Amino acid sequence: MGEREEVKLLGTWYSPVVARAKIALRLKSVDYDYFEEDLFGSKSELLLKSNPVHKKVPVLIHNNKPILESLNIVEYIDETWNASGPSILPSHPHDRSQARFWSAFVDDKWFPTLIATTITKSENAKAKGMEEVGEWLLLLEDAFISISKGERFFGGEVIGFMDICLGSFLVILKAREKLKGENILDKSKTPSLCKWANEFLADDTVKNVVPEIDRVVKFMREFEAETQTRA
Amino acid sequence: MGLINGVNNDEYVRLLGAWPSPFVLRTRIALNLKRVPYEYLEEEDTLNSESVLNYNPVHKQIPILIHGNKPIRESLNIVMYVDETWLSGPPILPSDPFDRAVARFWDVYIDEHCFTSINGVAVAKDEEERKMAIAKLEQCMALLEETFQECSKGRGFFGGDNIGFIDIGFGSMLGPLKVLEKFSGVKFIHPENTPGLFNWADRFYAHEAVKPVMPDTEKLVEFARLKFNTSIFK
Repeated sequence: MGEREEVKLLGTWYSPVVARAKIALRLKSVDYDYFEEDLFGSKSELLLKSNPVHKKVPVLIHNNKPILESLNIVEYIDETWNASGPSILPSHPHDRSQARFWSAFVDDKWFPTLIATTITKSENAKAKGMEEVGEWLLLLEDAFISISKGERFFGGEVIGFMDICLGSFLVILKAREKLKGENILDKSKTPSLCKWANEFLADDTVKNVVPEIDRVVKFMREFEAETQTRA
Repeated sequence: MGLINGVNNDEYVRLLGAWPSPFVLRTRIALNLKRVPYEYLEEEDTLNSESVLNYNPVHKQIPILIHGNKPIRESLNIVMYVDETWLSGPPILPSDPFDRAVARFWDVYIDEHCFTSINGVAVAKDEEERKMAIAKLEQCMALLEETFQECSKGRGFFGGDNIGFIDIGFGSMLGPLKVLEKFSGVKFIHPENTPGLFNWADRFYAHEAVKPVMPDTEKLVEFARLKFNTSIFK
């Protein structure tokens, strides 16, 4: 290869979706420059220029071209550095469609419902939301058993697309469990997912990339206090 | 292995859909583009249909593509699946990873913003709500006009010389847009404000993969009148 390729990642340390991009880059052994954005303060020129539509992170900039949306970025990384590291998406079209389906389910239904229970002040809405989160974890348990076919990850022996998608939310989930004394990922209800969660967080490509649970607990505590005073 | 209509069970393709649905339309266009023979099954009442519940217990929605005995769900997912499975027809997604990422980004935008705005106009309870939804939709159109100019690079479609992922994603919304134009009196795709899109829409409707499956606008108007009992349709 000629010149070193220029890869930049704009993100925030606490964002689970930014972690997705970091994990993917690590899986493919891609060197990159990371820029921490202050989303509560003022967004950088580079962010505003690269993502004028949504002004959100993560943004991957490869040789001056911006790629947006976390799962889009993961697919892009998989396709661009396809000769390096394991395949992130499965090779068979049906397995790929399953991975995309379940990751959309996590992003569009499961995680937003979980977050809503953090924000809502209604005890009723919170209870209902948590019930749905629990029910959907059972669905994900079934999906994991069927897709992993006895291996450690959704992706098989190695972390894949679905692992990155759901796994990126594990730190927030565990931080929430710690903060509230709740048991969201329950060994008695979803034993396979619990085992998978530990494998994922212990994996080399993940453990130094995702934020520490205690740091996120502190962040959540401060964030909650802030939103309570503003309400 | 059995045969259904002379086709090996494993290869048999069925599509569960509903004629007014723009999401179902996407999948039919994709299948047509690749010249995939398939059996189309109209779901009259999707929520109670047993086959829908069997194949899509999570969302209970159409479209559902059944290839052999494997169900594939979600319209954009299905379009990508069709593109990746039937390799002999024209490609739906571009080959360059960056162009693919751009195509995927815009189709997500179309679903999360445009379609939501279209719905917003249809279900608006009063004039104020409708005005806001209309403004949002006009913003979407302006952005898509820019995107069309950038992606088409002077050629006929977002995908270039032939229809591609963004054409299919957005083109499927043209029917609902025309219905809204009729009822709201607002022209969302306008020869002066969105000249690129205006001409593109005609080309899209005329495309051989689209023409046979695009629902008739008048029928969509009637459907909307019956389905949405909101102020705009009275």
